[in-house]
Amino acid sequence: MALITYRDAVNQALAEELARDPNVFVMGEEVGQYKGAYKVTRGLLEKFGPDRVIDAPISEAGFCGLGVGASMLGLRPVVEFMFWSFCYVAFDQVINNAANIRYMSGGLINIPIVFRGPANGGTNVGATHSHTPENFVANTPGLKVVCPATPHDAKGLMKAAIRDNDPVFVMENTLLYGNEGEVPEDDYVIPLGKAEVKREGTDISLIAHGRCAILCLEAAEALASEHGINAEVVDLRSIRPLDEEAILESVKKTNRAVLVEENKPFCGVAAQICSIIQEKAFDYLDAPIKRVSSIDAPQIYSMPLEKLQIPSVERITEAVLEIA
Amino acid sequence: MSAKPNTETPEEHDVAASLREYAKKGINEGIDNKTRLDYYREMVRIRRFEERSLRAYQQGNIGGFLHLYIGQEAVAVGCVSVMKEDDHIITAYRDHGHGLAVGMSMNECMAELYGKHTGCSKGKGGSMHYFAPDKNYWGGHGIVGGQTPLGAGIAFALKYKKLKGACLCFMGDGATNQGPWYESLNLASLWDLPVVFIIENNGYSMGTALGRHSIGTPLARRAEGYDIDWSTCYGHDVYEVRHNVGAALERAHESSRPTVLEIMTYRYRGHSVADADDTYRTKQDIQDYKNTKDPINLFHDHLIEEGIADADTLKQINAEAKEEAEQSAKFAEQSPFPPESDIQADVYWETDNPDERTSEGTLFFN
Repeated sequence: MALITYRDAVNQALAEELARDPNVFVMGEEVGQYKGAYKVTRGLLEKFGPDRVIDAPISEAGFCGLGVGASMLGLRPVVEFMFWSFCYVAFDQVINNAANIRYMSGGLINIPIVFRGPANGGTNVGATHSHTPENFVANTPGLKVVCPATPHDAKGLMKAAIRDNDPVFVMENTLLYGNEGEVPEDDYVIPLGKAEVKREGTDISLIAHGRCAILCLEAAEALASEHGINAEVVDLRSIRPLDEEAILESVKKTNRAVLVEENKPFCGVAAQICSIIQEKAFDYLDAPIKRVSSIDAPQIYSMPLEKLQIPSVERITEAVLEIA
Repeated sequence: MSAKPNTETPEEHDVAASLREYAKKGINEGIDNKTRLDYYREMVRIRRFEERSLRAYQQGNIGGFLHLYIGQEAVAVGCVSVMKEDDHIITAYRDHGHGLAVGMSMNECMAELYGKHTGCSKGKGGSMHYFAPDKNYWGGHGIVGGQTPLGAGIAFALKYKKLKGACLCFMGDGATNQGPWYESLNLASLWDLPVVFIIENNGYSMGTALGRHSIGTPLARRAEGYDIDWSTCYGHDVYEVRHNVGAALERAHESSRPTVLEIMTYRYRGHSVADADDTYRTKQDIQDYKNTKDPINLFHDHLIEEGIADADTLKQINAEAKEEAEQSAKFAEQSPFPPESDIQADVYWETDNPDERTSEGTLFFN
């Protein structure tokens, strides 16, 4: 195992899949010559050439739709959003076309495309650049969406996403790109839809995805050392498909749950998980389910306030202490 | 540039003479009589199908929207007739004519309108969403202009695979004011994509006339800003359509360059049949076009004048098409609706191929 950054883990996944399958190509703003706005795609242009690592103009609707069209004919585009916040200008292409064409054609056409890029706040860039649209995507049948938290998961899920025959939306996080972690050197994939218990515990379940899973791990350590609470951390990794079994198994063991996500609370991913738990594990609950989400307002620019707006170790700890 | 100003009035444009001229020109030279007759048959089949579907709609057998192609038949038939093996086609929601022209059966098309399981999309797409990928027909798309980046993507894929093919990407005049088309034009020219954007200009963006929705005509001239070759032509003459599409396809095949081709045509029915048709034009406007430029009547008279067919033969073709359309309505009526279990089929490749599934977890939330 090598210790590499989240950024390099995604890079390796892209390079390996480009090498493995000639139908895979990478397209997006600044992905080639500039090496990626966050350097995720560095080295790919040199290795695979301009036919397969393609710099697109700032035309999300154009190049996302072009990717969908190319995927209809069997290519496997990996299309980068510099920020997932920019997907809204391509919404018709990703929501109407990528999600619906298979269905509306009665299953005659597949859309094996990946849309990827960072989706997070906490970077002091204001409301237009801080969206976390995994709940929008998960609300759209026909699409799959994953939010890896570690370098290991980022690589394994990205490779699985590229090999998948359905459209998969991979949401990364600029605050995680520099994080290091152990990543196997051999070829591996992590199946979409498989959660991971990242910390075993007995007293309460912290269920999260993306960077919030990392925050939960930190909170769990603080809860153990300062309050004697042994929290379990379930990292969903994938939102749709969703590992309901892992969620329910953990809740049935700990009897308490705090759901943590960077989504705004109304119709966030945690709202769906809350519904699943109350329906399928109601009798196991010893306390109401608590949620920690971003404070319900457009993303604030002011740095100290934005830190308060998005979930933090402190807010997670407070929520746990209210019910544990 | 091969721009031809389209300023002639119907009176000035001698349609019959022009038809005779195009019948012998370039790509149309040396076509055998059987093939010429086939163009007539295809146009007639589209019109009889559309008329029968309108009746089904009026009888309440078809719901939703029904965007009829009546009046525009020579465009789809002419364009499709020029396509070669690796050429592909995509269009918007006025898609029945293109579907029949590429060889979809009336039965599967009519059954789809009825929402039946025997429809081309198993009753899941409806009027606006016909697909036949086995015939290189990639839809059938409901959002105005939304198919234009897909068309560029099909062309991209053909070039990526090093195939000598092109994509005919159809759109209406209304779609020329949607942003994604301009993004597609830029990408198509920047990356030398073999795509032909065909504007079927029927004069109305839903219920708003050309002069009230667009500034700067011909619309195809907008291609100049992207260094894309463009031209305009009439859409009532199947030969003229073939001539112009043929040139655009040759450009795509030989130099992998895009084209914008604007074809002047006309629709006889409302935007959708449920829409009021009397707020933006008069019955006389429609009648004037029918009297002077109806693509089927013109071609009918031309075939007789040229001695390619007699009136009885053409009458017979009409009767056969009418009967085929009638039978397709019967087929649709007698076909079953999809089973309830079909609501969640065809959503994901994986759930339709459970033995090959690689992901885990829940995909549907009920």
